[in-house]
Amino acid sequence: MDSYLIETIIKVVVILSVFSALAGFTTYIERKVLAFMQRRPGPMHVGPFGLLQILADGAKLFTKEDFIPQHAIKPIFMIAPVITAATAFIAMTAVPFFPEFTIFGYTVKPIVADINVGLLFILGAMATGLYGPLLGGMAQANKWGLLGGARTAIQLLSYEVVTGLSLLTPLMLVGSLSLIDINNYQAGGITDWIIWTQPVAFFLFLIAGYAETNRTPFDLLEHEAEVVAGYATEYSGMRWGMFFIGEYANLFTISFVTVLVFLGGYNDLWFIPGGLAILLKVGFLIFLFLWTRASWPHVRPDQLMWLCWKILMPLALLNVVVTGIVVML
Amino acid sequence: MSFDKLKERNIGTQEYIQVDIPEYPETGWAEFKQVMKRTFSAELFKGLGITFKIMKEALFKDQMHTTMYPIEKLPISPRYRAVHKLLGLLESGHNRCIGCGLCEKICIANCIKMDTKIDENSRKEVTEYTINFGRCIFCGYCAEVCPELAIVHGGRYENASEQREHFVLKDDLLTPFDQLKFQHEYDGFGAISPDADEKIKKTPLAY
Repeated sequence: MDSYLIETIIKVVVILSVFSALAGFTTYIERKVLAFMQRRPGPMHVGPFGLLQILADGAKLFTKEDFIPQHAIKPIFMIAPVITAATAFIAMTAVPFFPEFTIFGYTVKPIVADINVGLLFILGAMATGLYGPLLGGMAQANKWGLLGGARTAIQLLSYEVVTGLSLLTPLMLVGSLSLIDINNYQAGGITDWIIWTQPVAFFLFLIAGYAETNRTPFDLLEHEAEVVAGYATEYSGMRWGMFFIGEYANLFTISFVTVLVFLGGYNDLWFIPGGLAILLKVGFLIFLFLWTRASWPHVRPDQLMWLCWKILMPLALLNVVVTGIVVML
Repeated sequence: MSFDKLKERNIGTQEYIQVDIPEYPETGWAEFKQVMKRTFSAELFKGLGITFKIMKEALFKDQMHTTMYPIEKLPISPRYRAVHKLLGLLESGHNRCIGCGLCEKICIANCIKMDTKIDENSRKEVTEYTINFGRCIFCGYCAEVCPELAIVHGGRYENASEQREHFVLKDDLLTPFDQLKFQHEYDGFGAISPDADEKIKKTPLAY
């Protein structure tokens, strides 16, 4: 029991520190990739290739004044970023990041809690994250914040439906909500990947994932051209930073879940060992997030709703029905 | 950075490329056809392809479009109105300025001050010529009014210094004697236009 406790605490600390650092590093990668796609060199003056820009940004965030607007509802305003960051990391507890490995004769399962409803837990925890932007936006006594909060409610709630319905079909095939079972279902190489049997679900989940993580074709929550910075308008310093750590943590969670459910997870890929394979696949998905950000324009809120309720949700439902019939036969 | 390098930072040309934009559809049917064509040729993924191609070119074919400003500069138009220059006569190296005082008179910001005296050849000589850049609004009237094309606007826009006074002395504005051979006939703001000969009219007395 003791060893289990220690193991869990170590895993939690590792996940927290690694993904907090990765959030910073992803901002650097994002700036570099976006810059290259616009024929710019990106950050390049602080440290080699601008790598220390992350540190400079971190120092800036930490030393900024913790500013609370006069008419804001203080406790809610202060706690909202914590909700976003916390729920993002809580969602990660049920994600198996790597295959099992042995270190000093001790077998480590790189998952904090292998619960049998893993996928449901992840979706639930990420959905709770909606309260961060919503409460933060409504508590800050700012019209842009209020608009951002309202957009959070419509966008995240609507796309929650598509996420759930699109994940339903792989679950019907596998018959388990545990991500480890889903991963093991695809153990037989590249032809066993669920993306080949459920391509529609894959694309629906990817689109909904972009909306859930508030990434560019659907980043209406803080669309600078329309609502200044949306729900984050009045935030500064580390509270703002926590929103973004949460956002990038969600990005990684969605990428890991997509890889685990649709792209073969951490199974060995040809000669590539499973641990490396999942990292490569997640890396590609993260790159895809940045790539679309550089290529595609935003959509309007009404187009977003139209897309969700008139296209994606009927498609997802149809996909469920067809899969059900095929499974039954 | 050495002084020679500092003076030669201009990169690039000012040759622009026209982007080929196809005609917009005019009728509803043409619009519909365009939508269908774009949908079924997967234009979203073509867009991804374009950005990826640009990234490849920027990284591996040296097509980065950034001007590394303090190290490199883009050329500016000759008509740009930056810090003034006083030009010299190519033959003798004398100052072109004849001390007529028109620039001092026309200056709406009242920032040009000049002192003149009669020298030993009983010609007018300019002893002091200063422009107060704290007041100058770079309107270009002085360059336009100058009958001798002596005061012109140069392209030196990097006028950051501890004090504005660092730019105002006649010695700084005047082209140094050893640099005269590099002095080109000025084609910028206030210069004679290329078709000046055709525009010139006889004075009424000659009719």
